[in-house]
Amino acid sequence: MTGAKQATHDPPPGGTTGAERDEADLLTRFEALLAAGESVEPHDWVPDGYRRMLVRQIAQHAHSEIIGMQPEGAWLTRAPTLYRKAVLLAKVQDEAGHGLYLYSAAETLGVDRADLLDALHRGRQHSSAAFDHPALTWADTGAIAWLTDGAAVVNQAPLCRTSYGPYARAMRRVCQEEGFHVQQGYDQLLALSRGTPEQKRMAQDAVDRWWLPAVALMFGPPDTGGAAAGVGAATSRQAMAWGVKRHTNDELRQRFVDLCVPQARELGLTLPDPAIRWNPERGHHDFGPVDWACYRRALPGDSHCARRRIAHRAAAHREGAWVREAAEAYARRSPEAAGEPAA
Amino acid sequence: MTTEAATALERDFARCALRLGDDALVLAQRLCTWITRAPTLEEDLALSNIALDLVGHARALLSLSGRLDGTGRTEDELAQLRDGREFRNTLLAELPNGDFAVTIARQLAFSHYARLHYADLAGCAEPELAALAGRAAREVDYHRLHADGWTVRLGLGTEESRRRMQDGLDLVWPYTAELFAADEAVARLDAAGAGPAPARVLERWRRATAETVSRAGLRLPEPGWSADGGREGLHSEEFGALLAEMQSTYRQYPGGAW
Ligand SMILES: [Fe+2]
Ligand SMILES: [Fe+2]
Repeated sequence: MTGAKQATHDPPPGGTTGAERDEADLLTRFEALLAAGESVEPHDWVPDGYRRMLVRQIAQHAHSEIIGMQPEGAWLTRAPTLYRKAVLLAKVQDEAGHGLYLYSAAETLGVDRADLLDALHRGRQHSSAAFDHPALTWADTGAIAWLTDGAAVVNQAPLCRTSYGPYARAMRRVCQEEGFHVQQGYDQLLALSRGTPEQKRMAQDAVDRWWLPAVALMFGPPDTGGAAAGVGAATSRQAMAWGVKRHTNDELRQRFVDLCVPQARELGLTLPDPAIRWNPERGHHDFGPVDWACYRRALPGDSHCARRRIAHRAAAHREGAWVREAAEAYARRSPEAAGEPAA
Repeated sequence: MTTEAATALERDFARCALRLGDDALVLAQRLCTWITRAPTLEEDLALSNIALDLVGHARALLSLSGRLDGTGRTEDELAQLRDGREFRNTLLAELPNGDFAVTIARQLAFSHYARLHYADLAGCAEPELAALAGRAAREVDYHRLHADGWTVRLGLGTEESRRRMQDGLDLVWPYTAELFAADEAVARLDAAGAGPAPARVLERWRRATAETVSRAGLRLPEPGWSADGGREGLHSEEFGALLAEMQSTYRQYPGGAW
């Protein structure tokens, strides 16, 4: 422990002022770690705010992985070919794995997966609102993989170097697989776009519906550009100072738009934003302002689809309670079986 | 499209591959509906992994069947364009999921059968079928471990899980006989020494499943009534809904490219 190591150097100071000095020393040490670009590990002392920020972010991320399984999972039984069924199964399986890595990373910060799931089911924590839209056609699974996973890759690539070690390591495993999902989503949309006119219409309709959720909700509120930025900016500044985030939401959003525009052209599909055009002065694509008001009006998690997502998740959890209880009872009774693979 | 006239032996092997492929496909389809509804995230992962293996087996088996029977039908034409009467899966594979214990009981029966039968088929006279049966035998061994583990955990877990697991076995077991029944094609192949009949592994299957069930402190129902008909295309009413769902997207876009 950091505290014990420190005691060998300094004589233990007495009284409350000593405790305060300890805290100040610990903070200096923590900030030095960040300044040196080294990763913070579970045994390191961290400020409460840092811990809270990470738990919130990692839990939201984990919740998004498992809630995100629902729109695609709904199409597993209806995939048009056995090859596409296999690809979709592999993807949904990957997302369950991402959820597991991330809940484990959160647990290194002293919280419990069971408590985090409980918070999700009771509406005290949320998943990304990007998934609170229904997957209406087969093409939606392609659009989700191309756009939503695509936005996730842009968001997560810098998180592979985030300051908290267990989170950064989880993100490195996740990122590789997400990159693969994006390629498969693109490939699926390409097949539809080159298919019959009805298939192409289905692909365009799905892109029309999943574009805005990806651009707006996968990156969060604007956090640059003065007054309009509001609270988003303060949170982002703190997250960047702590090395949790490496870029602003708006930088990442721009990067995503720049990536998608040429890909949409190759796909033969249009992005539903008439304001998109190349701006040679900025060296970026301009795009239309996001109507944040339409998202702010709705409380988080409060839409028809959001309620359905949580109800689905909570029902599965409730109906599985007897199975989890049985597994726990069995593990208590046969300690030698605890090492047996649960799956 | 011209395909060489299939020999009688090839047609028999085609029927053999079709039975196995339909079992894998229909069981995978049932398991797919567990995903996002499993009791734990680990189980969402395990069941999707098992379903993925089964879809892989179905693809290989249906493609092979379409080549051997001389029609040249692809895996998707066989999966998406046949009507229910033409499907050759057992009633066991299409049994509704029920609760987790029913699903585990179904997995226990099927995975033990599949492991033994595939291992046996790995020595059959059709080289492609033999090769894929060898690979599949290794994969379904993991499915067997998963089913064994849960049968024991539920059998020895709580009072409730014990009751549910016993109910699951009671419900599923009358459907297991059909796995071992031979049709004419299987009987002819077996008589010619070209392809082992599933009945050859029945005794080993009985011993292996009975061993797991007794480790779980449960009992197998007394042999009595047993169900059949699936292999002749006489399925349950629920099977129509399963197929309608599975085939809906493909059939909705005739001439589509996926
Ligand atoms: Fe993911
Ligand atoms: Fe993904």
